Amino acid sequence: MDALYRENILDHYRYPRNKGHLDHPDIVYHDHNPFCGDEITLELKIRDGRVVEAAFDGRGCAISQASASMMTEEIIGKTLEELRGWTKEDILDLLGIEIGPVRLKCALLPLKALKAGVWGIEEWPHEE
Amino acid sequence: MKSLEQIRADFPILQRQVHGRPLVYLDNAATSQKPLPVLQAMETYYRQTNANVHRGVHTLSEEATAQYEAARSRIARFINAASAKEIIFTRNTTEAINLVAYSWGLDHLRPGDEVLITQMEHHSNIVPWQLICQRTGATLRYVPLSPEGRLRLDLLDTLLTERTKLFAFVAMSNVLGTINPVAELVAAAHRVGALALVDGAQSVPHMPVDVQALGADFLAFSSHKMCGPTGLGVLYGRRELLERMSPFQGGGDMIREVRLEGSRWNALPWKFEAGTPAIAEAIGLGAAVDYLAGLGMENVREHERTLVRYAVDRLSQVEGLRILGPTNGERGGVVAFTLEGIHPHDVAAILDAEGIAVRAGHHCAQPIHDFYGIVASARASFYFYNTPGEVDCLAAALERVQHVFAA
Ligand SMILES: Cc1ncc(COP(=O)(O)O)c(C=O)c1O
Repeated sequence: MDALYRENILDHYRYPRNKGHLDHPDIVYHDHNPFCGDEITLELKIRDGRVVEAAFDGRGCAISQASASMMTEEIIGKTLEELRGWTKEDILDLLGIEIGPVRLKCALLPLKALKAGVWGIEEWPHEE
Repeated sequence: MKSLEQIRADFPILQRQVHGRPLVYLDNAATSQKPLPVLQAMETYYRQTNANVHRGVHTLSEEATAQYEAARSRIARFINAASAKEIIFTRNTTEAINLVAYSWGLDHLRPGDEVLITQMEHHSNIVPWQLICQRTGATLRYVPLSPEGRLRLDLLDTLLTERTKLFAFVAMSNVLGTINPVAELVAAAHRVGALALVDGAQSVPHMPVDVQALGADFLAFSSHKMCGPTGLGVLYGRRELLERMSPFQGGGDMIREVRLEGSRWNALPWKFEAGTPAIAEAIGLGAAVDYLAGLGMENVREHERTLVRYAVDRLSQVEGLRILGPTNGERGGVVAFTLEGIHPHDVAAILDAEGIAVRAGHHCAQPIHDFYGIVASARASFYFYNTPGEVDCLAAALERVQHVFAA
């Protein structure tokens, strides 16, 4: 079958981790991808410059939702300082797949929400 | 009539493989494939004739002009226009609709006037009217959809009034497959003194269209969806209307004389064709309409009617699959659907891995998706070269998609 739909991606899509809402999040950011109609809302709790809780809610394709699930798992415990340097490669490493330009937008939606939500970064260099 | 095998042999691309599988091309509503006679007509033009039109006295220019204008006449005949002067070449359907919106709309619409469109339009027959209504103060109204994906014709009498100046509607929906009763809708517009514009992007390629029988004032369609090249569309307009309309764009070819104090316009159809046109493309479309006429548009329609009936039956058996649009009665060769719990982009990506090309998204018709409360759908759309075997491939692949996603 398709290399895009590896078991780990399907598993995160079927059983998303950290899906839902936080009580009193410090950061809430909603973003969507008009091409697919993917949507995610990312919520974070920050203590001393560190992500202590993360959750997401959303709907969309398996790639975008699995990416959000994996990313929230990964960022909990990391400092904002560390996360600021994250690039598309970090997300692709998490997903563990090769992705064409069209579906890349789906995969990067959660990271886009993170960057815009935490630092107000809407345009990033080297990403189209 | 040629056999399906002979027809398929006319389309070189249908021999290719995608991801090691034979291509199953089911994205014809987006654009169709091109048969050899079209490819050859364009190549021959570039090899032997290429020159600008309406400008030179040299042999190549005269030949190019004659071929370009001959293509226009063939297209006029294909839709039974009264004259080739009623055939204006544009870039695509979208530009043809914009031409009417700007040339006719800006001059004729005022506050208090209404433009009526429908909830099943492609964005290209919505956004130009939103822009023109903003500019002129006219009001835009919509004929709503019924749950089965047809127009609420019971509301037409209240929506069409003496305030309505134009009724613009799609002949066949590119999402729902719904075929609208065009002649009836045109007559209803005319009864209140409104003009009728028909978006024929999905009807002209797939069924016989006779503009005089329909009574349409304007008809817009695209070359690339009917075996012709991209970059070319057609606006048919009734001659009296076109004569009275202002030009759309200014430039070379569209003028009779240019003086510093002002200019006079060229005759129809050139008044609306500013600048060097898509010459090879027009010649390509001329070859495409000859090809289609050779097959017979009745035959094209009949083939698709049978195929889509089979596709609706076959796909209805796939668990969790919901078809948008009418599932009984007349329907065009387009089947948009959703699969329970699986995003249309995932569906399309998995089908692509099997060599099957379908489209996923909102298909430039967001209001239809809003109506059904969904963000996107997957869509299989057929043409005369598609086979029942390809429908089987699609259905089997969709069952595998279900399987991949089943927990
Ligand atoms: C019903 C309908 N109208 C208009 C269009 C726009 O055609 P084009 O993109 O060639 O202008 C399309 C094609 O996508 C269509 O299906």
